[in-house]
Amino acid sequence: MNEFEAVIGLEVHLQLATQTKLFCGCLVKFASEPNRLTCPVCLGLPGSLPVINEKAISYALKVALALNCTIGEIVKFDRKNYYYPDLPKNYQISQYDLPLASRGSLLISGDNSKKIRIRRVHLEEDAGKLIHEEDCSLVDYNRTGVPLLEIVTEPEINSSEEAYNYLLSLKTLLKYLEVSDCDMEKGSLRCDANISMRVKDSSVLGTKTELKNMNSFKAVRCALDFEIKRQSALLEKGGAVVQETRLWDEEKGITISMRSKEEASDYRYFPEPDLVPFSIDRQTIETVKSSLPELPQEKALRLRQRYKLSEADAQFLVIEPKLVQFFEDCCKVYQKPKIILNWIKGPLSYEINQRNKPLEELKLKIDDFLALIKLVDNNTLSNLSAKSVLTIMLEEFKSPKEIIKEKNLDQVSNESSLLKFIEEVLAENQATREAYLNGKTNSIMFLVGQVMKNSKGKANPKIVKEILEKKLKGEKNA
Amino acid sequence: MQNLYQFNAGELLSLYRENKITQSDLVSSVKKRINEVDKKTKAFVKVIEEPKKPKTKGKLSGIPIAIKDNICIKGLETTCCSKILKGFIAPYDATVIEKIEQEGAIVIGKTNMDEFAFGSSTENSCFGPTHNPWDLDRVCGGSSGGSAAAVAADETILALGSDTGGSIRQPASFCGVLGLKPTYGRVSRYGLVAFASSLDQIGPFAKNTFDLALLLSVISGYDERDSTSVNKQVPDYTKELRKDVKGLKIGIPKEYFRDSQLDEQAIQPEVKKAIQKAKDVFESLGAQCLEISLPHTKYAVSVYYIVATAEASSNLARFDGVQYGHRAVLKSREGQNIVDMYMRSRQEGFGPEAKRRIILGTFVLSSGYYDAYYLRALKVRTLIKEDFLKAFQMCDFLIAPTSPTTAFRIGEKINDPLRMYLSDIYTISANLAGIPALSLPCGFDEQGLPIGLQILGKPFDEEMILRAAFTFEQETSWHKKRPNL
Repeated sequence: MNEFEAVIGLEVHLQLATQTKLFCGCLVKFASEPNRLTCPVCLGLPGSLPVINEKAISYALKVALALNCTIGEIVKFDRKNYYYPDLPKNYQISQYDLPLASRGSLLISGDNSKKIRIRRVHLEEDAGKLIHEEDCSLVDYNRTGVPLLEIVTEPEINSSEEAYNYLLSLKTLLKYLEVSDCDMEKGSLRCDANISMRVKDSSVLGTKTELKNMNSFKAVRCALDFEIKRQSALLEKGGAVVQETRLWDEEKGITISMRSKEEASDYRYFPEPDLVPFSIDRQTIETVKSSLPELPQEKALRLRQRYKLSEADAQFLVIEPKLVQFFEDCCKVYQKPKIILNWIKGPLSYEINQRNKPLEELKLKIDDFLALIKLVDNNTLSNLSAKSVLTIMLEEFKSPKEIIKEKNLDQVSNESSLLKFIEEVLAENQATREAYLNGKTNSIMFLVGQVMKNSKGKANPKIVKEILEKKLKGEKNA
Repeated sequence: MQNLYQFNAGELLSLYRENKITQSDLVSSVKKRINEVDKKTKAFVKVIEEPKKPKTKGKLSGIPIAIKDNICIKGLETTCCSKILKGFIAPYDATVIEKIEQEGAIVIGKTNMDEFAFGSSTENSCFGPTHNPWDLDRVCGGSSGGSAAAVAADETILALGSDTGGSIRQPASFCGVLGLKPTYGRVSRYGLVAFASSLDQIGPFAKNTFDLALLLSVISGYDERDSTSVNKQVPDYTKELRKDVKGLKIGIPKEYFRDSQLDEQAIQPEVKKAIQKAKDVFESLGAQCLEISLPHTKYAVSVYYIVATAEASSNLARFDGVQYGHRAVLKSREGQNIVDMYMRSRQEGFGPEAKRRIILGTFVLSSGYYDAYYLRALKVRTLIKEDFLKAFQMCDFLIAPTSPTTAFRIGEKINDPLRMYLSDIYTISANLAGIPALSLPCGFDEQGLPIGLQILGKPFDEEMILRAAFTFEQETSWHKKRPNL
């Protein structure tokens, strides 16, 4: 029996977060009143002409260079002709035979790191949005003309997991470049996939299908998994895959045929005569190149060396540029990277997940965060209390000192105060006390726990244990 | 005493300077003329009832001007003389409109044209044809026929048209006025409803060279809204006019006079004779004429009808009934889907020539045909351009007929598209090469119809062709002849 292997190519469409649209001065903004962000140019009114937004070119160059692409000698646009009501000119200004950049690569992290080659990166304009009502359809042209960057891989991704990791790595890279908000829910990042199956280790490619309508990275993974099973089953039965475009149905968890190859449009590409081709000089390329920030993979390497982090920890940090920045800023002030990392990985990540907000929106001050960590390190605050202090910090935007004072959360380490709690607990737990005295030394932890509980977490467990041991040992000997 | 509408812009500006006339004197004179003769010529598709008074003073202060109906004027219907754009009110001004209004011009109306500038006779207009002021049974040429006829009939002092393959020069020739197609990129196309973006240029019509130079000076220049406009300084073309061609070399392309090659339509003998005479005029003034060759001329019409229709098929895709213009009302037995709406709207909205060109353009861009037609046409286009550049190494400008014939009869060629296309055979190459060219009157045929002399120049050397025209004009008086209406 043949063993099949998936051959996957991904096409990512990325909205560039320029201030204005690709070919006119209209603002790029999400969730505005319909058709407010329009002008004769993006509405495609008769007589209007496109003019290239140079910012979009420089954003696109950033991405292309970060993906190690070769920049084309000439920037040329083409018209892609097709009729659709969200496309006011009934052609899209895109790039066809001479993309902005080509032949790049992206190293994907994950269990098996692998270099995925990038076939091309090109600029094009986005279409509008259709809103379907019961008895009519409405068009919102606000999105029309927003700059889109299309990033296409070679077909050399071999599993849904790899596809997922590619998307994660790409998204991370893009976040570093600050050229897009990369939000799939808002549609600022979209992904289509081409997939075919071939006999493992064979060089003969199978017939591919194109998958559309995946609204999250998870959806891409699920749709690919489904398609791998569907195509493999077909082939195993001796059937054939039909070349077609299929839509992912999120609810049903299946792909559905949308149109076959025969129904596909002939886009009649030809050079856009309204835009004069131009070349990007070496100087510009060098300037953009030198302005690139430290990229995630370089950064991970540096983190490992500088802070002696594990590969996993380094990868954990670099996924979020803001997080890694926060980590490094903290380390500058308080040279205990391991402790800081544990706080970020543990309590802080927990808070971020709970709130479902990125770090920068939590308004956490580095000084406050470090003050909190230091309070634990010098035994003023228990770990447990510290976690709740962090929660309060993020809710009330106060410094840990203020909170501790208000809620009276200082860790109690002084013996006389602790003794009160300890005596209470010993009195309430005669049986455990007996057990300890009879040699079950482990039971002391239960008593410590009770003290912590009664002191509402304020007691310093280490000292409690010491006092308890001293006290019980004294009794035993007596 | 002459009527004010009979003067040219240069004369009128003097009269203004001497306070001999007022703007309302002139506007009412022109409007009176329109009222008298436009029912015969049908040059205008819209006459503005109360033309906007100029807000600023400038080079064109108080000069009435007519605008071809494919140039957007804010608040006015811009139809391109197509049913599909009926009701479309332009929400913005074309750059050329801003420029002429800034210089004080008074826009008096919009002129007739072939639908979307597709044609050489102004018969393809949803408003019906414009009639040639010299013979009302004849066409006025096209596609800017309305602008040419309006100037010829003294219904306006100046006019703007657009030229994609001869659409300014050929009607100027048929109507006995002057018309100039600037170098591609000299004048902003922003606000000109595109026919073939890589060929279209807006240009002036006038009664003499000075006026032509004046209007060209105003409309020329770089525009950041049109990437294809060229950032090159604009001279005051009126300052460069002098009667002097001494020592200049004039090229005469032999391919433009060979009857045998033009099987379908040989050059009319009177036209050939008039151009010969023009050559004699230049030589008598000390210019040297030499025969030159533009070897790829024979491919120009084919190349043009591939490139122009390809671009047109895409440019016209936006007229679909969704946002503006004509939308078909679907009968209930038809599907109510978007494709039916597109098809019916376009079927009803476009005339036969527009449909013919859309189909042709769509075909040449289709996969499997692109390389054989469009790509090859682009290559030959480059060769045609090189022909001219080579010729200009040897001469300062070229002279040629504007059209192989004088104005033909209305209806004569309307059912024979190929014969119609061939009437642009001498004008098309200038658009393919992007060079400037003008047409000015150089005689009349036996039937009293005007003949046009075409003068072609180097890229951005409008000064030279205007100087040549000015010199010729000083020596002859053809441009002063007016039709009896």
